[in-house]
Amino acid sequence: MNPKKSYRLPFLLLALLLLVAFFLNTGLGSVTIPLKDTFNAIIGGTVAEDSWRYIIWNYRLPKAFTAILVGAGLSLSGLLMQTLFRNPLAGPFVLGISSGASLGVALLIMGSGLISGWVGSLLINDVTLAIAASAGSFLVLLAVLGVAARIKDTMALLIIGLMFGSVTTAVVTVLSYFSNAEKLRQYIFWSYGSLGNLSWPQLGLLGVILMLGIALSIISIKPLNALLLGEHYARSMGTSLQRSRYIIIGATGLLAGAVTAFAGPVAFIGLAVPHLTRQIFDTTDHKVLVPAVILYGAILLLLCDTLAQLPSSSYVLPINAITSIIGAPVVIWLLVRKRKMIF
Amino acid sequence: MSCTMNKKAKTNALEVLELAVGYTEKQGDKIVAEAISFELHSGDFAAIVGVNGIGKSTLLRTLGQVQPPLSGEVRLRGKNLDTYRNRKLAEAISLVLTEPLATKNLTVWELVQLGRQPYTNWIGTLEARDRKKISQALAMVGLESSHAKKCYELSDGQMQKVLIARALAQDTPLMLLDEPTTHLDLYHKVQILKLLQRISHEMDKTILFTTHEVDLAIQLCDRMLILDNRENSFGAPCELIEQKRFESLFPGDLISFDPKTGNFKIVS
Repeated sequence: MNPKKSYRLPFLLLALLLLVAFFLNTGLGSVTIPLKDTFNAIIGGTVAEDSWRYIIWNYRLPKAFTAILVGAGLSLSGLLMQTLFRNPLAGPFVLGISSGASLGVALLIMGSGLISGWVGSLLINDVTLAIAASAGSFLVLLAVLGVAARIKDTMALLIIGLMFGSVTTAVVTVLSYFSNAEKLRQYIFWSYGSLGNLSWPQLGLLGVILMLGIALSIISIKPLNALLLGEHYARSMGTSLQRSRYIIIGATGLLAGAVTAFAGPVAFIGLAVPHLTRQIFDTTDHKVLVPAVILYGAILLLLCDTLAQLPSSSYVLPINAITSIIGAPVVIWLLVRKRKMIF
Repeated sequence: MSCTMNKKAKTNALEVLELAVGYTEKQGDKIVAEAISFELHSGDFAAIVGVNGIGKSTLLRTLGQVQPPLSGEVRLRGKNLDTYRNRKLAEAISLVLTEPLATKNLTVWELVQLGRQPYTNWIGTLEARDRKKISQALAMVGLESSHAKKCYELSDGQMQKVLIARALAQDTPLMLLDEPTTHLDLYHKVQILKLLQRISHEMDKTILFTTHEVDLAIQLCDRMLILDNRENSFGAPCELIEQKRFESLFPGDLISFDPKTGNFKIVS
């Protein structure tokens, strides 16, 4: 009796895999840099060519860290949503957080072009884009939080999140109809998602916000486990429902909102990684799942990004294309294989 | 049926005074059942019976603080139920509900151990004491050997036992169960009810459940509450039979109560 499963081995393997994926990601790209030199550049040793050091420190390392943060953040927010809404199809974007971010960015890119001509286009840069996206996602999150206070049923909340999404899509459609081709292109590129645009200070900011989101998730582990049985049972076992729900929604907003602001709406990761993790660890215990999805999400996005930059070519595919092409069939395969929707 | 009750010195566990249950709506309160008063002692095994829609589940959910009462008072060990909050309530009342579980991907052990949540630390670490309680709960329902099985592999009867084990692991003086015998065949109905009776008598727990199995409840329960929205009679089954309370439980056109056997018969 007392089935105290040990998860040390899978965690060790995941950590190792993360390391491998990290070096693979920084080592491969349009310029071929030998693995030895990549390693030396990172730890500050001698590198055969100085330009390699520059490429690694100013381009590849920030991108690899962005992939880690984005993958971890989206996956964790997906896990939180799936448990909170007790819905295997829930992702961080069900709440409309990504739609809010898109609305903010669309308003900035296309709206500024409409109103003030060439002056408006000067306003658009990485920082203003990030601010617009964060503002948009937090606005939607605040609205959802306001509704959550009044409506007890989580299914209703799910639908409200979807409705927020539709409204934003509609506004974006109207804006794009009136906007010129160049602006539209700019917005569409942002919406593809990109991991390569972050500077070190931006990365630091994203990291701090994600740490806060992870901390909130960790203190929610016990209520998350209780919520597996439903809200009535959770309450009967001493969970303060209202408070836990605010903390979990807040954590999701921080994680998904910050990621979308900086990297654009990255598809599939938030929905799929929790499922993949549950399959591998075969548990529903959030004490295991929370650290596992963080590691898993980071690894998966690092690998996706490695593929997206098409090693040894100068082409870079949108990250969303890769995450969807690889991810969607994986989820379908897993679901068909196990028949039972693991949740 | 004979009227023999084992009279022990018992402490007062649950008091319900002039309770009205139902739902609060904009147009005003929608009362489902009212004027309910009864008293349970520790170790009492008690059933709530009545026709569909009379408010059995609503009453049980109100007692379990799943929904607030419209008026009246519920006292738990002498203290008003409203004064119990979160953890205190979780240490006093455990529930077995009819609603389907959000996930059946938990193993039996994982589900039962959730019952220890009121006693564990902020992240839910199980101590030796918690593990002992979980083992005891699984042993009581006879599922020690199935502890590693996933809940989706279980039959309805086994699933019900797991939910009862979870409530047992929560280690509360009062257990409330909403229709614990639905979807089960007669044999397993009796098995579950006998198990609950044994738990209440051996472990001195107060167990209150709703059921449609009036004849089984008459044979097994110490106390019964008949919800009919007229008298809402409460008492030992044999007293209720003597007072002819069961005759008015259902409309008389199809079935009638036979006081000699404690069964309902189809009117010929």
